[in-house]
Amino acid sequence: MAKTSKAVRFDPADIKEELLKKYPPKVARKRAKQIMINEAQESETPPEIVANVRTIPGIITMRGCTYAGCKGVIMGPTRDILNITHGPIGCGFYSWLTRRNQTDAGETGENYMTYCFSTDMQDQDIIFGGEKKLTAAIQEAYDLFHPKGICIFATCPVGLIGDDIHAVARKMKEKLGDCNVFAFSCEGYKGVSQSAGHHIANNQVFTHLVGENQTPPEGEYKINLLGEYNIGGDGFEIDRVLRKCGITNIATFSGNSTYAQFASAQHADLSAVMCHRSINYVADMLETKYGIPWIKVNFIGAEATAKSLRKIGQYFGDKALLDRIEAVIAEEMPEVLAVAADVKTRTQGKTAMLFVGGSRAHHYNELFQEMGMKTLSAGYEFGHRDDYEGREVIPHLTVDADSRNIEEIEVEPDEKLFRARKTPEEIKALEDAGYTFKHYDGLNADMDKGSIIIDDLNQYEAEKLVELLKPDIFCAGIKEKFSIQKLGVPMKQLHSYDSGGPYAGFKGAINFYKEIDRLVNSRVWSYLKAPWQENPELTATFVWE
Amino acid sequence: MLLRHTPAEVADRKALAINPAKTCQPVGAMYAALGIHGCLPHSHGSQGCCAYHRSALTRHYKEPVSAATSSFTEGASVFGGQANLLQAINNIFTVYEPEVIAVHTTCLSETIGDDLNQIFEKARREGKVPEGCTLVGAPTPSYVGSHVTGFSNMVKAMAQLAEPSGKKNGKVNIIPGWVEPADMAEIKRLAALVGVPVTVFPDTSGVLDTPLTGEYKMFPDGGVTVMELKASGDAIGTLALGEWCSADAARWLDAKCKVPCTVLDMPFGLAATDRFIDVLRTVAGVTVPEAVAVERGQLVDLISDMHQYLYGKRVALWGDPDQLIAMCEFLVSLDMQPVYVVTGTPGKKFEERIQNICADRPFEVKVRAKADMFLMHQWIKNEPVDLLIGNSYGKYIARDEDIPLLRWGFPILDRQGHQYFPTVGYRGGLRLLEKMLDLFLERKDRDDPETTFELVL
Repeated sequence: MAKTSKAVRFDPADIKEELLKKYPPKVARKRAKQIMINEAQESETPPEIVANVRTIPGIITMRGCTYAGCKGVIMGPTRDILNITHGPIGCGFYSWLTRRNQTDAGETGENYMTYCFSTDMQDQDIIFGGEKKLTAAIQEAYDLFHPKGICIFATCPVGLIGDDIHAVARKMKEKLGDCNVFAFSCEGYKGVSQSAGHHIANNQVFTHLVGENQTPPEGEYKINLLGEYNIGGDGFEIDRVLRKCGITNIATFSGNSTYAQFASAQHADLSAVMCHRSINYVADMLETKYGIPWIKVNFIGAEATAKSLRKIGQYFGDKALLDRIEAVIAEEMPEVLAVAADVKTRTQGKTAMLFVGGSRAHHYNELFQEMGMKTLSAGYEFGHRDDYEGREVIPHLTVDADSRNIEEIEVEPDEKLFRARKTPEEIKALEDAGYTFKHYDGLNADMDKGSIIIDDLNQYEAEKLVELLKPDIFCAGIKEKFSIQKLGVPMKQLHSYDSGGPYAGFKGAINFYKEIDRLVNSRVWSYLKAPWQENPELTATFVWE
Repeated sequence: MLLRHTPAEVADRKALAINPAKTCQPVGAMYAALGIHGCLPHSHGSQGCCAYHRSALTRHYKEPVSAATSSFTEGASVFGGQANLLQAINNIFTVYEPEVIAVHTTCLSETIGDDLNQIFEKARREGKVPEGCTLVGAPTPSYVGSHVTGFSNMVKAMAQLAEPSGKKNGKVNIIPGWVEPADMAEIKRLAALVGVPVTVFPDTSGVLDTPLTGEYKMFPDGGVTVMELKASGDAIGTLALGEWCSADAARWLDAKCKVPCTVLDMPFGLAATDRFIDVLRTVAGVTVPEAVAVERGQLVDLISDMHQYLYGKRVALWGDPDQLIAMCEFLVSLDMQPVYVVTGTPGKKFEERIQNICADRPFEVKVRAKADMFLMHQWIKNEPVDLLIGNSYGKYIARDEDIPLLRWGFPILDRQGHQYFPTVGYRGGLRLLEKMLDLFLERKDRDDPETTFELVL
């Protein structure tokens, strides 16, 4: 075993000071507001964290861009929409990542995830405009593949030269007739992180797709699963559990999703939100326009999964469903608990750091708790204040210039399709029984007192944190992986799962326990020094007799 | 079927690129910059570019790739990126303390017309560049050329640091082109074996292949130093390996600093390595030692021993021009048949070179520059091949069409070894052969009926 478990004692204020010490004064002042010591939870005014603000130029950030959030995260996992990146070749090429958003199109289904489509703009397109090339590219894509839908994504130069991609999309939709074409103004410079891209993507899916399919899908207890991306097959496991309980998942936004799923989302009776950051506004819009209430759920962690299933069951309030959910939990949990009990003998008391996503850091905290591990420090790459402090702060969020660039769409109840799923009395009865609709407490509430919450962590701070607090495991993305590991600390990717997974649901929890056990107890971390480096003085005293 | 929608019928496309055989300039510039000692690459544009390039390089090399970005938002895109870059330069030198910042542009900063040299001047005037530290810059808009062009542009910017003293220093510059850290190390080993003092730039060996020790060095020990780059103008000659990757820098040194240059193919395979060694000894005026002849003879020996398994094999390959040219020549020298060759990188001479290499051989080569892997897959669907050679993105074709894939080029996302084991030089040739033979013989063992299943091959 590489390390023995240890009680970590540190003064968070000292750590914060140490992180800020090297910065130029202006940078230090800004970063000071993004590094928060989680210690005033019981007081009336919990400490604020500054989030969703610009990245500091020159500081090596973990963040990506709006295009990455839009094309990669939200639209990438939809198998039967053909995505064309309008721009020079790079952006399209880099978002060609395919199977981490797993899908099964069956023998005859459509699947474009393994393809990369781009208009590959050249300098003459930048000078004279790229609309003609885009029009031709859509036509060529249609002629070759005849997809149900084609989506267009704008890259940085497209916004600068002013190509009207939405006009091109409208024109081509009309011309093609049987193919839905729509576009996303998701230039990389918009917003301050990939979060802006999620917002732009979701708005367009809501506007151009949701509600299209008028025929209600078959099934009982219909829900939408929002903010689940089927990384490493998470969505498959969640769907397995839901099916077993008799719950019908109409649409997953957007892991393993299809055109038809989005188009039918208005038929669900409840929206269950996983990643609050990426999609809470869609949940609100679904409620306003179609009357579908929403709840926050979490399928990362076995306990969290059980809790979320019960919450869904309680909403429908049907005894048959509630009994079935309890039966499923009773059937699935013994194996989970057995593995946890075994793993816990080796993980109890170990420490972790989590810097990933805009909800993931929170969700994975649950799994670490189940293994008896403690999260010393956590934060989001692209979270907003409400993801840290809970939805209560939403009315108090200031809208700055960068947020104002991202369209907020106003929706009203749909004349034909709005149908209140619950009467006000039913809602009230549930709430009186302790049920919470559209409620999210944020990450801070689940973090220990004195832990350090850091927004938009960067490479320098990551390295310092690891040096100072020596966690047993660090979780982030591929860019961070190897610099952390060079320090002798295992690094688990929680965007791509290091090609592992699924980690959601019951089977996912088992996978995760085993994976973390493997990582924190790997022997490799004990090989970092050669014997002659460990005890160099011995070489001088060695005498052959 | 992973690429189930790809039809065999080839339709002409004018606007839509599908499954590109190239990517954009900045990632090449970033890789080249990592080959300077103490250098932090910097991407001048919005932060997504930098994130993508760092991810791509990290996934390929499985090593930390640090690089900073100007993190443009809409304001910078409208008013220009000067303020962001000045702030970035100040922050980088204060926080990370590199010796060099190598800035490359992006689509965004090029389109709005940011002038790197003017901003560098301002940064120096304002005292944002510490004593002894260097700023290097290269224009790399992504709507021109490809990642290969970006690499070449940054290498040229490195050459432009040359400050000739007027006195020759007896060294030879070798510009190795976009090859793996192990290849750069192998080129240095061969030069040392021949007895020629060299400056290799860029040099990512010792940067992107560092040991695991419990210590993280943001700036590892490897890389060509700025002092060495300054002295490159005093070299007795330059060997540029690869017309696309390396020639620009070499010709600049020739024109501006009177360092005569020879542009050679990258030394992959027997003949290209022969020419490399031959030119190297001529430029340096030395005799090639027997040890080099032994390595060469070993490669020739393996070729003769295994010829029956290589002869007549049809190969489809894609990637970067310089690598493809050398590889095609190697394949032809083994009596193999590179029948489909595709690069996404533009360059008229490419198709001509490949045609020349394959001229007078008993097969016809379909070769295309500025093309994509979708087209190549369609060709394969019409008439199959025995082997694929290219990056990891070929694994979809490999699986769908049941053809073995030799991973070679950039990026390799799903296999190890490429960073550590060179494929240049005679020993690199041995490794390429070993890998090819493994694929062919594994396939033979898999497919042979029990009656003809052989123990000895």
